[in-house]
Amino acid sequence: MIENRPGLNALAHLVLILGVVVVALPVWVAFVASTHGPTDFMSGTVPMWPGPHLVENYAKMLDTGLSTSGTPPVGWMMFNSLVMALSIALGKIAISILSAFAIVYFRFPLRGLAFWCIFVTLMLPVEVRIVPTFQVVAGLGLLNSYAGLSIPLIASATATFLFRQVFLTMPDELVEAARIDGAGPMKFFRDILLPLSRTNMAALFVILFIYGWNQYLWPLLVTTSSDYYTIVAGIKRLADVVDGLPQWHLVMATAVLAMLPPVAVVIFMQKLFVKGLVETEK
Amino acid sequence: MKRTIFSNQLLPWLLLAPQLAITFIFFLWPAGQAIKQSFLREDAFGINSSFVGLANFTALLDSPEYLNSLKVTAVFAISVTVVSMGVALLLAVAVDRMLKSSRTYTTLLVWPYAVAPAVAGILWWFIFNPTVGVMPYVLEVIGYDWNHISSKTDAMILVVIASAWKQISYNFLFFVAGLQAIPASMREAAAIDGAGPVRRFFDITFPLLSPTTFFLLVVNIVYSMFETFAVIDATTEGGPAQATNIMVYKVYFDGFIGQNLGSSAAQSVILMLIVISLTVIQFRWVEKKVEY
Repeated sequence: MIENRPGLNALAHLVLILGVVVVALPVWVAFVASTHGPTDFMSGTVPMWPGPHLVENYAKMLDTGLSTSGTPPVGWMMFNSLVMALSIALGKIAISILSAFAIVYFRFPLRGLAFWCIFVTLMLPVEVRIVPTFQVVAGLGLLNSYAGLSIPLIASATATFLFRQVFLTMPDELVEAARIDGAGPMKFFRDILLPLSRTNMAALFVILFIYGWNQYLWPLLVTTSSDYYTIVAGIKRLADVVDGLPQWHLVMATAVLAMLPPVAVVIFMQKLFVKGLVETEK
Repeated sequence: MKRTIFSNQLLPWLLLAPQLAITFIFFLWPAGQAIKQSFLREDAFGINSSFVGLANFTALLDSPEYLNSLKVTAVFAISVTVVSMGVALLLAVAVDRMLKSSRTYTTLLVWPYAVAPAVAGILWWFIFNPTVGVMPYVLEVIGYDWNHISSKTDAMILVVIASAWKQISYNFLFFVAGLQAIPASMREAAAIDGAGPVRRFFDITFPLLSPTTFFLLVVNIVYSMFETFAVIDATTEGGPAQATNIMVYKVYFDGFIGQNLGSSAAQSVILMLIVISLTVIQFRWVEKKVEY
């Protein structure tokens, strides 16, 4: 703040409070809807305050779900989402840190080409090459499996770049010291590089977990068996009712459950989250 | 470049193997297939395919549906970018004035980043639902008859709001970081010279923020062109009457629902060219930042 202007400060607070309200509005409405019974929406007036059916609605969705929509219980879909998000996040970190190590600490023929190959993945979002990628995964027999849900999304140029950046800033003396002490490349990697990149890995994990949990199009395509539905992709199946109105109170309960884990991660690990976000975009 | 390196020749390839294998199987190979299919046309039974040269591309550029999709994508991408960046900049400038409360406000503003685009779509779909939603109820009071199921404009506004809402937190964080990087001494000097807050913003803050703004511009265009697939699919599904059928959605729809592989592949190739040019622009920016 440069100078004290009470009027301007009040205006800034007003803008921010308005911003917070606008940002929170849809979630509040969803939460309120999820605490009401099925008949509360028929009257035409929209409830703005929570009703008495919170426990009942959430317990029903987590436990049995909506069998008429062909989806499994929400608890099961959340478990699938968790498996997918964790495999994507951990898988991406593992293969990226290994390739960054290879690119930074070794000189070998075709190193430039390998680097370029990884760079390409940055340019081709799954939405763009969706049909042929689906054909490949179908051909490999990976439809309806956790492997099919996660492996095609595991290659990551951004994570590789991030670790490359981190390794490039580490002092050369570390390698020299390790070599004098007789450590080979893998021992150096395990005992020195990995511990030193721990914060970066944690920050990256937060971003990638959110990325993995929120996947939509890919799970929608590769899961035809309801055993492997994820919650984010399953929510649309709940809302899509052929005739009649969707059961809004149950759909909204599912929506709240779908955003709970990633939002909790952002709020409780805000520092790591901001670090991860800013670093991956460098 | 490291001065000290390890001399192994086989080990680096072993380390790179998983990444390269996945890149090849799930990225390069499908992209190659898309390029190949874009030059082929399959017969009605999908058994034989013949080489048709650029026919798939010329057919696309002659098709009013595709041209409409291009237009819709442009309107959508520009609206999402302007709305989400505008709101985020306003909030960031306001938070920048705060001393004690800035952390609290930041926490309260960043969490929508974690909400999946599909869920964001469902939330706003519910709020604007013509029969049970809150907003149509409010809008009716001021005399506007909202219906995104029949009105093209309403449908577009709905998907723009849902997509922009989710992106505000991201832009906000980067604008806040950008604002904090501007030396306070410059603004202080301007204040001593008698420049008011508005003048200072337009003459000093905004120009110095241009690297952040430019970076966010590219990121937001990429976001609104590709990652909003879920928003569209969870709400309007491209309708009504193609009004929200953005290019990414059309690729999926023509390929999976319409089973028109040649056309879908040609659209994929066009989209790939767009992403590649946007990525190149972004990386050139990283190399030499926009500065004054």
